[in-house]
Amino acid sequence: MAEVVATQPAGRRSGRPDSLRLLLNNSLATAGLIVFGLIVLVALAAPLLPLPDPDMTEPANRLIRPFEAGHLLGTDALGRDILSRLVWGTRVSLAVGLSATLIAAFFGSLIGLVAGYAGGRVDTLLMRGIDMVMAFPYILLALAIVAVLGPGLLNALYAIAVVNIPFFARNIRGISLGVSRREFVDAARLSGKSHTQILFVEVLPNVLPVIIITMSTTIGWMILETAGLSFLGLGAQPPQADLGSMLGDGRKILFTAPHVSIVPGLMIFALVMSINLLGDGVRDVLDPRLKSGALTRPVARTAVMREKQPAAAAIEGAVLDVRGLRTEFHIGGEVYKAVGGVDLHVGRGECLGIVGESGSGKSVTAMSIMGLVPTPPGRIVGGAAMLGDEDLFAASDERIRQLRGAAVSHVFQDPLSTLHPLFTVGDQLVEAIQAHQPLSKSDASAKAADLLKMVRIPNPAERLNAYPHELSGGMRQRVCIAMALANDAQIIIADEPTTALDVTVQAQVLALLDTLRRERDTGILFITHDFGVVSAICDRVAVMYAGKFVETGSTDEILSSPAHPYTAKLIDCVPVLGQPERRLDAIAGRPPVVNRLPVGCAFAERCPRVEADCRAGPIPLMEFRPGRAARCIHPLIAGEPYV
Amino acid sequence: MTAYIAKRLLAAIPVIFGLTIIVFLIMAMIPGDPATAILGSYATPENVEKLNRDLGLDKPLLQQYVIWLTNLTHGDFGRSYTMNRPVLDEVLERFSATLILAGTSLVLCSIVGLLAGIVSAVRQFSWVDKSITFVVLIGISVPSFWLGLLLILVFAVNLQWFPASGMYAIYGGGDLPDLLHHLFLPALTLAVVATGVIARLTRTAMLEVLRQDYIRTARAKGVTENRVIYRHAFKSALVTVIPVIGIQAGFVLGGAVYIETVFQWPGIGSMLVKAISTRDLLLVQGGVLVVATAYVLFNLAADVAQTLLDPRLR
Repeated sequence: MAEVVATQPAGRRSGRPDSLRLLLNNSLATAGLIVFGLIVLVALAAPLLPLPDPDMTEPANRLIRPFEAGHLLGTDALGRDILSRLVWGTRVSLAVGLSATLIAAFFGSLIGLVAGYAGGRVDTLLMRGIDMVMAFPYILLALAIVAVLGPGLLNALYAIAVVNIPFFARNIRGISLGVSRREFVDAARLSGKSHTQILFVEVLPNVLPVIIITMSTTIGWMILETAGLSFLGLGAQPPQADLGSMLGDGRKILFTAPHVSIVPGLMIFALVMSINLLGDGVRDVLDPRLKSGALTRPVARTAVMREKQPAAAAIEGAVLDVRGLRTEFHIGGEVYKAVGGVDLHVGRGECLGIVGESGSGKSVTAMSIMGLVPTPPGRIVGGAAMLGDEDLFAASDERIRQLRGAAVSHVFQDPLSTLHPLFTVGDQLVEAIQAHQPLSKSDASAKAADLLKMVRIPNPAERLNAYPHELSGGMRQRVCIAMALANDAQIIIADEPTTALDVTVQAQVLALLDTLRRERDTGILFITHDFGVVSAICDRVAVMYAGKFVETGSTDEILSSPAHPYTAKLIDCVPVLGQPERRLDAIAGRPPVVNRLPVGCAFAERCPRVEADCRAGPIPLMEFRPGRAARCIHPLIAGEPYV
Repeated sequence: MTAYIAKRLLAAIPVIFGLTIIVFLIMAMIPGDPATAILGSYATPENVEKLNRDLGLDKPLLQQYVIWLTNLTHGDFGRSYTMNRPVLDEVLERFSATLILAGTSLVLCSIVGLLAGIVSAVRQFSWVDKSITFVVLIGISVPSFWLGLLLILVFAVNLQWFPASGMYAIYGGGDLPDLLHHLFLPALTLAVVATGVIARLTRTAMLEVLRQDYIRTARAKGVTENRVIYRHAFKSALVTVIPVIGIQAGFVLGGAVYIETVFQWPGIGSMLVKAISTRDLLLVQGGVLVVATAYVLFNLAADVAQTLLDPRLR
C-alpha cells in the first residue's frame, strides 16, 4: 500500500503514508522504531528461537560470566541461561506494559470523552475524582493498590493501569470539551443522533490523535513502572519472571555477579528509550505545534547578509536615511521578499507615515532598521540604514544595543502583549532608563515618574507600582510611549501604535505623540493602515504595496490628489464624518504573495486602470513633481475620475 | 498575599479529606477477611471474631470511617504489628529520612533541569542543545533502580568514593558530612528522571517565551541579551515550569521507593515495600497518607510560588 501511494503525484497522498514518511524523516524516531521493532520481533519469536528452557536450573553452571561456555550472556544464581530468560522476560514485560497502556487508555479516554462531552455537573464530578487520584504521588498509589490486592504480576498491571487513567482522562477531556462545542457536533445533535453515536462517531475520531500521543508518551513509563514493582518483589512472582524481577533477583548478588542485574536493566533501558524516541517522533508528526523544530528562537538581531555595500547618498537634514532596503524571509526553501528595495528618510521633528494593507511589508520595513525582524527566518539582504553617519546594518551587535531605546526607540501595536506581564510598569521604565543612563535606582524611578507625567498619566508615582494588566489600553500605550521617550530618542519608530485602541483613546494618543515630537524635535516613523490616522499626524506619506513604495509625497497633496490608483482606493476606505452616504469600497482581491511577485506592477490584478504595458516589466518609482513620486505608468491626474 | 495563602490552605483541606476517603476505601476493599489476613489461616474462628470486634470491622463502613478519621485527628494511626509500635511514630521517623533524600533531589533536579533547559533553548540547534536533548532523553528512559545499581558498582565498589548503602556510617558517623557522603549517590539517582522532565519543559517554555512581543520590546529598549534571557524570558518560563516542579515532587517522593530499596535508605519507601510484603496494612495506610499529604502541601507551595511570580493570578 505504502509503495503504491508513494508513486502518486505530490499533493494527492492520503494522510497516513505521509505521516509515516514524516516519521521516517526523523532519524532518531527511525532508530527508535528499528530497535523497538527488533525487540518486539525477538520477543514474539521466543518460542521459535533455539534457546534453552529459561527455567531450567543447572546448579553446576551457576553464575557463569557472559560469553563463556555456551551461555552468551552467562547464567544466574540458579544456573539458568540469562539470554533465554531475557528474551522470555522481555515478552512478559512488553505484554504487561502494553496491556496496562490499553487498559489505562480505554478507561481514561472514556472518562475524558464523557466528561468533556457532557460538561456541567458530570464533568465536575468526574474531574474532581480524577484530581483526587492525581493528588497521590503516582507510584505510591500503585503501591497502595498492590498492598491491597497482594503482590503479583497481574495486580501490578492493574495498579499501574489505574494510576495512569488520570493522564488520559485529563488530556482527552480537554480536547473533547473543545470538539463537543463545535458546529458539526451541534449539527449531529440536531439530526437526532444519540449521545453515544455522537460521542463515538463525531467526537472520538477528532480526539484519537491525542489518545495516540498520550499512549506513545506513557507506554514507556508503564513498562518502567511495572518493571519497578517487579524489581521491588511486588510484581512477577517466581517462577514467572519479567525484566524487573530478573533485575531484582540480580541485585542480591550485585557485588559477586554484576552481569545478572546489569543485563536485564540494559534491556529495560533499551526498550523504554526506543519507545520514547518513537513516541517523540509520533508526537511531532501528529501534533506539529509541539515539534521542537517548529519553535525556533529568534536571535537578538536580524541577520544581515548584504551582497554589496550600497553607496549612500546623504540627504540634507535627514536623521534617519534608509536606502534600498531589502528584507526577506526564508521559510522551508521559499523566499518571501517582504521588503523589496525601500528608500526613506526622516528629519528632525518630522513625521513620515508608511501606509499599507496587512502584509504589505510596512512593519518589516520599520523593524528592519534596528534589526528587530526575527531571525530565523528573516534576513536583511540589501541596502543601508544611515543614522547620521553610521550604517546601522554594519554596526556591531553591542553598538546596536546601545542605540536601541536610546537614539532610536520603538512603540508597538498591542500594548498588552508588548509590555512584560510579570514586571511593574515602574520596573520596565527604570530598566529602559538604566540600560542607557548611569542612574541609581531611585533617580531612575524619579525619572520614570516624570516620564509618566509627561505622557499625562495621573498619579504617576503610584502608577509605577501597577502591572500592565491593571491599566487600561490607552494607559498602557502611554506607558509604552513614555518608555520610548526615556532616553531622548532622535527617532521614534511607531508600528501601528493606535490600532489596538478605541477611537477616542486613539485621538488622545495621536495628539500626545504630535505634541511630544514638536516639543522635543523627535522624528517619527509612523506605520499604519489607516489614512485617517495619517492625516492627523504625518507630514509626509509613503504608500506601500507588496514590499515596495508605490507613492510618496506630502500628506496634504496625497490626500487631495492621489496619483496611484492604490492610494486612491486606500483613501476611499476612510469614512468621513458628516458624509453618511459616502460609499466605503473595499479593494477587491488580495495583495500578491511576496514569494511569487509578478514582473510588472504588483497592483495590476486589482487595478481599475490596468493596461497591457502595466504587466510588461518592472515599473520604477517616478518623481513627477518635486517631492511627489508614484510607481505607476498610468497615474491619476487631479480631478479625473479613476473608476 | 497572606489572604491568598490562607485561602489555598483552606482549599487543601477537602483534598486531604478526599485522600483519607480513598486510602480508607482502598484498605476496605481488601479481598477476604482482614482479620484472617492478619492472624493467618490457622487462626481460630473465636480469635478472628475477637480481632474483628477489636478493629471495629463488625460495624458499618461509614461508622468505621468516622471512627478511623476521629482517631487520625488524635494522632492515632493504629499500631504496626510488625514493628510493634504506633504507626505514626514509625512513619514520621521514616518520613524525615525520605524528606532529606527527596528534598535534596528536588533541589538538585530543579537547578540542573532549569539550567539545562535554558542553555538548550538559548543555543537551539547547536551541538550543545542536541547533546542536552539526547542526555535528557536517556535520563527519562533509564530505570532509576538500575542506574542506582550501576552507580553503586562504579562509585562504591570500584572507586570506593561513596558508601553503597545506609544513611550514616555505622561507626563514628552521624554528623552532616557523613550524611552528605551517604546522600550523594541516592539523591543523584533519584534526581535523574525529574531533571530530564524539567529540562525538557524549560526548553519548550523558554522557546515559547522568546517569541513573545514583550521580548521584542525588551530588545527594542536596548536591554542586554543576557538580561533579556535571564530576567525577562526566564521569569515567564518559570511561571510555566513551577507547577511541573510541584508535580515532580510527587514523582520524586514516589521514586524514593526504588532508590531507598536500592541504597537501603531508612526512609518511608523502603518501609512501605517491607510493610506490603509482610501485609502490615495499618503501616501502609499511615505511610501512604502521610506522603500523599506532604505531596498536596508541596503542590500548594508550588501554587503559591507561581502566584508570587505572576501578578495576573492574584
